[in-house]
Amino acid sequence: MNRSRVNGEQQPAGPGFSSWSSPRRLLPLGLRREPLTLWLCAITVAVAAALPAIYLAVRAADSSATAIDVILDPGTLGLLSRSLQLIVLVTLGSVLIAVPLAWLTVRTDLPFKRLWGVAAVLPLVIPSYVGALAFISALGPKGILQGWLETPFGVELLPDLYGLTGSTAVLTLLSYPYVFLTVRASLWRVEPEMEEASRSLGRSPWHTFRRVTLPMLYPSIGAGALLVALYTLSDFGAVALLRYDTFTWTIYNEYNSAFNRAAAAALSLVLLGVAVGLILIEAGARRRARYYVGANSARRERRIVRLGSWRIPASIYSATVTLLALGVPVFVLLYWLVRGINAGESELFDLAALYNSVQFSTYAAIATVFAAVPISVLSVRRPGLLSAAIERFSYVGFAMPGIAVGLGLVFFGIRYAFGLYQTTYLLVFAYVVLFLPVAVGTIRSSLLQVNPRIEEAAMSLGRSRIRAFFTVTVPLIRPGLAAAAVMVFLLTMKELPATLILGPIESRTLATSIWTAAEEAFFARAAGPSLLLIVAAAAPMAFLVLRERPRT
Amino acid sequence: MIGLPGLRKRRSEGVQTDIALRCTGVSKSFDATIAVEEFDIEVKRGQILALVGPSGCGKTTVLRMIAGLEVLDTGRIEIGGRVVASNERHSGPDKRSVGIVFQDYALFPHMTVQANVGYGLDRKGREERVEEVLDLVGLNGLGERLPSELSGGQQQRVALARTLALRPDVLLLDEPFSNLDAGLRERVRAEIKDILKAAGTTTVFVTHDQQEALFMGDLVGVQVAGRIEQVDVPELVFHRPATSFVARFMGTADFLPVESIGTRLVTEVGPARAVAGFEPPRDAQFEVMARPDDFVLAPSEEGQGVVIDRVFQGWAYNYEVELNSGLHIHCQMPHLLTIDIGQRVLVNLRRDHPQMFFCDGAAIPEVPRYGY
Repeated sequence: MNRSRVNGEQQPAGPGFSSWSSPRRLLPLGLRREPLTLWLCAITVAVAAALPAIYLAVRAADSSATAIDVILDPGTLGLLSRSLQLIVLVTLGSVLIAVPLAWLTVRTDLPFKRLWGVAAVLPLVIPSYVGALAFISALGPKGILQGWLETPFGVELLPDLYGLTGSTAVLTLLSYPYVFLTVRASLWRVEPEMEEASRSLGRSPWHTFRRVTLPMLYPSIGAGALLVALYTLSDFGAVALLRYDTFTWTIYNEYNSAFNRAAAAALSLVLLGVAVGLILIEAGARRRARYYVGANSARRERRIVRLGSWRIPASIYSATVTLLALGVPVFVLLYWLVRGINAGESELFDLAALYNSVQFSTYAAIATVFAAVPISVLSVRRPGLLSAAIERFSYVGFAMPGIAVGLGLVFFGIRYAFGLYQTTYLLVFAYVVLFLPVAVGTIRSSLLQVNPRIEEAAMSLGRSRIRAFFTVTVPLIRPGLAAAAVMVFLLTMKELPATLILGPIESRTLATSIWTAAEEAFFARAAGPSLLLIVAAAAPMAFLVLRERPRT
Repeated sequence: MIGLPGLRKRRSEGVQTDIALRCTGVSKSFDATIAVEEFDIEVKRGQILALVGPSGCGKTTVLRMIAGLEVLDTGRIEIGGRVVASNERHSGPDKRSVGIVFQDYALFPHMTVQANVGYGLDRKGREERVEEVLDLVGLNGLGERLPSELSGGQQQRVALARTLALRPDVLLLDEPFSNLDAGLRERVRAEIKDILKAAGTTTVFVTHDQQEALFMGDLVGVQVAGRIEQVDVPELVFHRPATSFVARFMGTADFLPVESIGTRLVTEVGPARAVAGFEPPRDAQFEVMARPDDFVLAPSEEGQGVVIDRVFQGWAYNYEVELNSGLHIHCQMPHLLTIDIGQRVLVNLRRDHPQMFFCDGAAIPEVPRYGY
């Protein structure tokens, strides 16, 4: 019998000796197995992503007296309260619009639900400043609606659109797709068995929805709501045009008009603090609600809810959302475009700006995806303290509004890298910092779907780790890489505040030229670039949406 | 083997040894839990070793360490006489001539069967070798398909072909049949055994199914809680288990106290037979192990037990009998005889072969060894 407790004699036994004899053991377990280069790349990216935040803090600390004054100023409290009011209203509004719409387009026999499903996502391509512009032009004083009402009905004054009301309306209509997307994704994943179990336990469909389906959606509603809240907090264009004083608008003015850079840095830090607070609230809520979603459940056709006579109100609802969020902006832009053509305006389409926008966005998309890959790989394949820390750092851009990233890099550029200041490099770097979380998130989730056994199989077939990654993993995550690139491209096209602050002076982009026209209420001159921007940003997006199909 | 078309030189050249795989004192912990402890094994060229044990006993970790996918803490692994893992060194999975077939096959879903099988081969001679191996596993003609267009059994054979294509020194199979339907499983494992024998590949395969281990292995290693309890030919593992754990794990086993009276070994169910030269321990309690087919039952009012359960197996009945001492035993009797529940029975041990005796959970050594 080979009952064996043999300890090889020629072998130095004992933990003390073995850990001393091999220098590789001094490294953390994770580092030992992964090529050091990968870790170095990931750490470099993470540190770079944290750079703007660090330099904001450095700048504020340099003139700490001013910074403290600004933070303690009662005006700051007012700013905070106004920003929070807007965030709460927009987030609530988005959830109320998005959840029924997601449910209707996934789980019911709503007519044309595929069309409504796509249309509900499209407002994502409309930048907030274009949306605001369109609403001012449509509903504001001397706007299109008033023009229509004035002659027949003698209406001379419409309810005031500026301030909180208008900002809430515009931002809600443009940001509800974030909630729509996350909720729809988890509605696709909810296992029909759970609902069937509830029904077989004698519960009504409504009870089942309220007690089973809806609670399972809470995490995705929370995730979507967080995106909306951060989007609202960081928005600069819409609140500026609608004259609602929030952090971003005030920071921009301190920096741009008052040249009070210490105050701008201090306010940016407060803004960053609010964003981090929002993230922590969502993380705290999510910790308790971690639901099990079966990984290998056989996908069965789930029952479609018959709307019956509710089909008509449901259709009206879907159409109204689409009309307001998509129809109105597009109509207004076309209206001004036609007026511009009739008035003989030249240069309706600013092709130079289009070229710059596309160029910057392409650079940003490529750079961001490259930066995101090492971080995603480590966080998925080598989960541990170090990789988790690296991943957290890469999420800085998630919490940092564009204006804060822009300012941080301005301070960094002026002090340490003047040669880079207002060059394409620094601008693209800002985009990478801002949109790295989006790319990491997308690439991570597609990596999670790749069975690690597959990479191990490739290695046991004699291929090196790198070769296995490129021949097996990359082809499998290509959709994720493409999706990440497309998302970053879209977000960069729309980005305004960082572009305003960091953009090379001579190269105007679509975003900045719309902004210049809009600031002076030059609607006709803003219409062309706006339409160009929407089309250029929507083209890759359309590719993304059309390829994304619910799994059957 | 050197210079075969389509084959990169990975195997250990020049080292001549009969032993294809040797693990010595291999241990591995994950954080605080010990997964594998002082693991020793030797597999000769062309042998199939079946590693069997309850789930969580560290079988798969052993496999992954042999493949180079996990780094061992202490110990040494040699493949073809070359040290591939020890305290000082760790050759990566691509640097060992070891092929692994995963439980879920891990086929590359974006590649055709041909591309999967040819993945590890050099361009020169690749096509010929792919054809050859697909022939071996009986999949010729399916080369253009994608893995998703194959049945489970076919995917299994692609995974095997992909690994065999490289002529690994050692082939590792991780629970290879667990993803197949019960009906398919028996057929597939016979096929795979034939393929492995035809290819002459040294194989280690891991399973939690005793029948599978007994069927497939030239050697069966029983692992429990990270340690090897016994390595032997299947017959010895089943009939001559080294520990009472192995005895119970490999099949139903009852243990009855034995009294040694002169040269006789007496139990509640009559005398037990030992191998010639058996030395009963002095001054210690010991027990005899009995498999269900070691008992003979006969209905009798003078019997020392009562039938308390009966399960119909088709070819046989399994009876559970409560003895007068309160001990429960499990017996299998041909279907010709039907005994009702509640019937008193006379129980005896069969006398046509010697039994095994255990003291404190370990087998009492037999000299000479029972002859297999």
